[in-house]
Amino acid sequence: MIRLEGVTKRFKSAAGERVALDAIDLSVKPGQVFGVVGRSGAGKSTLIRTINLLERPDAGRVVVDGQNMMDLAPAELRAARRRIGMIFQHFNLLNAKTIAENVAFPLRLEGRSGPEVDRRVADLLERLGLAEHARKHPSQLSGGQKQRVGIARALACEPHVLLCDEATSALDPETTDEILTLLDQLNRDLNLTVVLITHQMEVVRRVCDRVAVLKDGRVVEEGATADVFLHPQHAATRAMLAEGEEAFDASLAPAGGRLARLTFRGSSTYEPELSRVARSVGVDYSILSGRISRIRGEPYGQLVVAFTGGDAEAAVSQLTARGVRVEGLGEAA
Amino acid sequence: MLDNIDWIEIGRATVDTLLMLGGSLALTVLFGVPLGVLLYLSGKGRLAANPVLNAVLSFVVNVLRSVPFIILLIVMLPVTVLLVGTSLGVAGAIPPLVVGAAPFYARLVETALREVDKGVVEATQAMGGSTFQIVTRALLPEAMPGIIAGATVTAIALVSYTAMAGVVGAGGLGDLAIRFGYQRFQTDVMVVTVVLLLLLVQLLQMIGDRLVTAVSHR
Repeated sequence: MIRLEGVTKRFKSAAGERVALDAIDLSVKPGQVFGVVGRSGAGKSTLIRTINLLERPDAGRVVVDGQNMMDLAPAELRAARRRIGMIFQHFNLLNAKTIAENVAFPLRLEGRSGPEVDRRVADLLERLGLAEHARKHPSQLSGGQKQRVGIARALACEPHVLLCDEATSALDPETTDEILTLLDQLNRDLNLTVVLITHQMEVVRRVCDRVAVLKDGRVVEEGATADVFLHPQHAATRAMLAEGEEAFDASLAPAGGRLARLTFRGSSTYEPELSRVARSVGVDYSILSGRISRIRGEPYGQLVVAFTGGDAEAAVSQLTARGVRVEGLGEAA
Repeated sequence: MLDNIDWIEIGRATVDTLLMLGGSLALTVLFGVPLGVLLYLSGKGRLAANPVLNAVLSFVVNVLRSVPFIILLIVMLPVTVLLVGTSLGVAGAIPPLVVGAAPFYARLVETALREVDKGVVEATQAMGGSTFQIVTRALLPEAMPGIIAGATVTAIALVSYTAMAGVVGAGGLGDLAIRFGYQRFQTDVMVVTVVLLLLLVQLLQMIGDRLVTAVSHR
């Protein structure tokens, strides 16, 4: 659906040249929700803007729907952009227009008018729960409502792809949740391919099938969301995941305890595997830190435990046999 | 007290002032808006960034804005004759008024356009809008309150310019004030013309403010 090949973008300034994107290769399959995370300045914004060529790369290829965007003539590029919806952190609605006019705007740009447009706008407003606001202006709406107008506008031309540029970063947690649920729903209902960039790991965890971690204009890690979240390979990913999490303090572990990180996935998350194994092997365990949650709907649990007073090796092999992933973290001092 | 007042003369002068103002304001907007749009679009980092064009336009606009209007009136005389066949009366006053006011108004339009959030431009681009559509469908409507407020300021500046144009035979209230009020010491004529100009300015400001409120949705 979307393929970036060797996409490179440099920005020149008085201070010299800065490489914003360094030979990025990414591929997004139809119907996927693909997240790009990174800190500010990592190049996320530039990356998402290369997909609809708001930012033209200096080198590389941008292929959307089988078309190399870089080869298109201006009129063809404008037509291609209509098939790619985009929503923004600050919504970017037109203040002078009503909500209905905002949603109709991309259709008007296409030169369409008449009852067909009115019907399409009414449908979209209805679908996004905005029907009662049709005649209001953006300044009269809350942030979450404005973003829903942004989504309705982005969907007006029936795009195959939706680009989300920090779409929830200006919203409170509750509204973020509401918008993410909506995106998830649209992805499933319309088989819409979604690319979103964010600095909020929580957003990725909630809705993304795959995720790429961007650092200094390079993709340092990419994979299925659950794999990247549960077994991060790159330091940058670990650092982003560690934010807001209580790191376990090894010095508090019982002396001589064998430390291990256990990862449960899927339905086994809710099974009493750890206690069964402990009972059968005869070890004790203390839980030092842990989290049980879901990644894009799939349950998982991740615990750091210290095994004491028994055969820790046997416990590890039994847990492994039961499908629990075990990573040894050494011995507590 | 109002011994020297010839009300018919005053009425004629008021109509002349209104005609000069209306004609020059319409043409100022007609030339000023596209010039302001060009200044904006050719600016650094804008849609049609063009440093050379921007520098040339900027230079011309600044030169015209720095010439005192009274000098411009005189310098423009041959051009005015060429354009409208006379340098006298309402018709003769309009070319210098437009040349004096359009660059000023263009700057105000440019400023109003710059106030529009860049995100709106980007969103319109992302929706497949052409540069022309971005200007006409997004930028100008979004900047409308500023564009109208700028037109109000310009209209009021034009009122005082029309008074100056009276010096070179344009007629109107300013002409009356100078010839009778000042040169013949007819204070009553001076007072009446000034009061009429003051009312005109108040009226323009009121209309402008109402229009701005009507198009503002912030």
